[in-house]
Amino acid sequence: MDTQHVTVTVNGEAREADVEPRLLLVHLLRDVFGLTGTHIGCDTSNCGACTVHIDGESAKSCTLLALQVDGRQVKTIEGMASGADLHPLQQGFWDQHGLQCGFCTPGMIMQAAWMLERNPQPSEEEIRDGISGNLCRCTGYVNIVKAIQQASGMLSEADTAKAEAAAQVQG
Amino acid sequence: MIPAVFDYVRPADLDEALAILAERTDAKILAGGFSLLPLMKLRLAQPEVVIDLRDVGGLDGITESADELRIGGRATHRRIHEDALIRATYPLLRDAAGDIGDPQIRNWGTLGGSVAHADPSADWPAVLIATHATIVMRDAHRERTVEARSFFIDSFETAIEPAEILTEVRIPKPGPRAGGAYAKIERRAGDFSTVGVAVQLSLTDDARISHIGIGITAVAPAAFAATDAEAMLTGAAPDDAIIRRAAEAAAAQSRPASDSHGPADYKRAMVVTMTIRAVARAIARAHGQD
Repeated sequence: MDTQHVTVTVNGEAREADVEPRLLLVHLLRDVFGLTGTHIGCDTSNCGACTVHIDGESAKSCTLLALQVDGRQVKTIEGMASGADLHPLQQGFWDQHGLQCGFCTPGMIMQAAWMLERNPQPSEEEIRDGISGNLCRCTGYVNIVKAIQQASGMLSEADTAKAEAAAQVQG
Repeated sequence: MIPAVFDYVRPADLDEALAILAERTDAKILAGGFSLLPLMKLRLAQPEVVIDLRDVGGLDGITESADELRIGGRATHRRIHEDALIRATYPLLRDAAGDIGDPQIRNWGTLGGSVAHADPSADWPAVLIATHATIVMRDAHRERTVEARSFFIDSFETAIEPAEILTEVRIPKPGPRAGGAYAKIERRAGDFSTVGVAVQLSLTDDARISHIGIGITAVAPAAFAATDAEAMLTGAAPDDAIIRRAAEAAAAQSRPASDSHGPADYKRAMVVTMTIRAVARAIARAHGQD
């Protein structure tokens, strides 16, 4: 079995492994690095449960080779909370009952995070378009949209508070 | 699903990639991977070597010269959709790029990858046919160009040779009073098109159609030019009646297969509807509306 070396920063931590070229990124994360928060749903790039960020761009990790992310930054659901403090999206899904079985949730949150990064205050239509590559078979999406809306509000408040604090320091 | 065993190489530049391609039989080029990897996972493709273009620079530019737009093969759908130049002048491309797959797929999938893959339901082939685009390919020795209208030969079959890499797509710059639009119907969000119709046209000062290109996808073994409809509309003062007759001619030229997207008759009916919508919207845009 011929292997190649892959070095990747996952959630801020440098990791490396010797892998077969055919190893998929999602298997590198789950089976080699033990980060099982990233789920495999359809395994055909439809459902989005395996969504992670690569150098800040959302991607379906079942449809990328581990070697394609050599030297890159990967962020997974495990990298979202700060210690005991949930990320506003995680809090939003909790508060708004944005999940039932929870299988789609990691991918949903990673995709929503990418969307809010680019569009901090999306309309409902923009949210629905933004998560159109992520399937949920439990919720009917209503509470997922609410969860993302709550997170959008929390993130904007946090930004405003930060800006005010910065203005006071400067003042 | 796990792909069969293959070698993986990541050349640093195009010359190195072309040298490997010349040497190795049964190689596949990896750009975004969102067409290639699903095929490899299903083992419908089992290349001996995968050549990842990730580190090859100079293949993802979007620039305009005096007479044409040039898009590098590795430009992603999202990059094309968000590009200021395309937003300003190429609404057909913007329509198509913004509606391919889903957001994650648009982050990775590339124009060149889609065109070289030539899925019979892909959106870009119809767009390149409608715009009379030229496709640029290189092998280790030379560069050559093929008109989009001669490029798409059959399902997953193009004019590209095994030792060539698709490097660029060139699209003629629209003149004054030009408009374009893409209309497609899909069975569910993010699915391949059931029918997709691309239209690029120009109007004369008295609002007749001076030039029109119509490319249609998903209703034949390969995307095709609706030449009968183009001939009917060229020189015409477009009204609802002639647009419908042209759309019916486009449907007559299609060769849809009945499948999970719907029966052939339904698809022909949708060719009519999508052609009417795309032509009407392209005309509105040529008039500066929409």
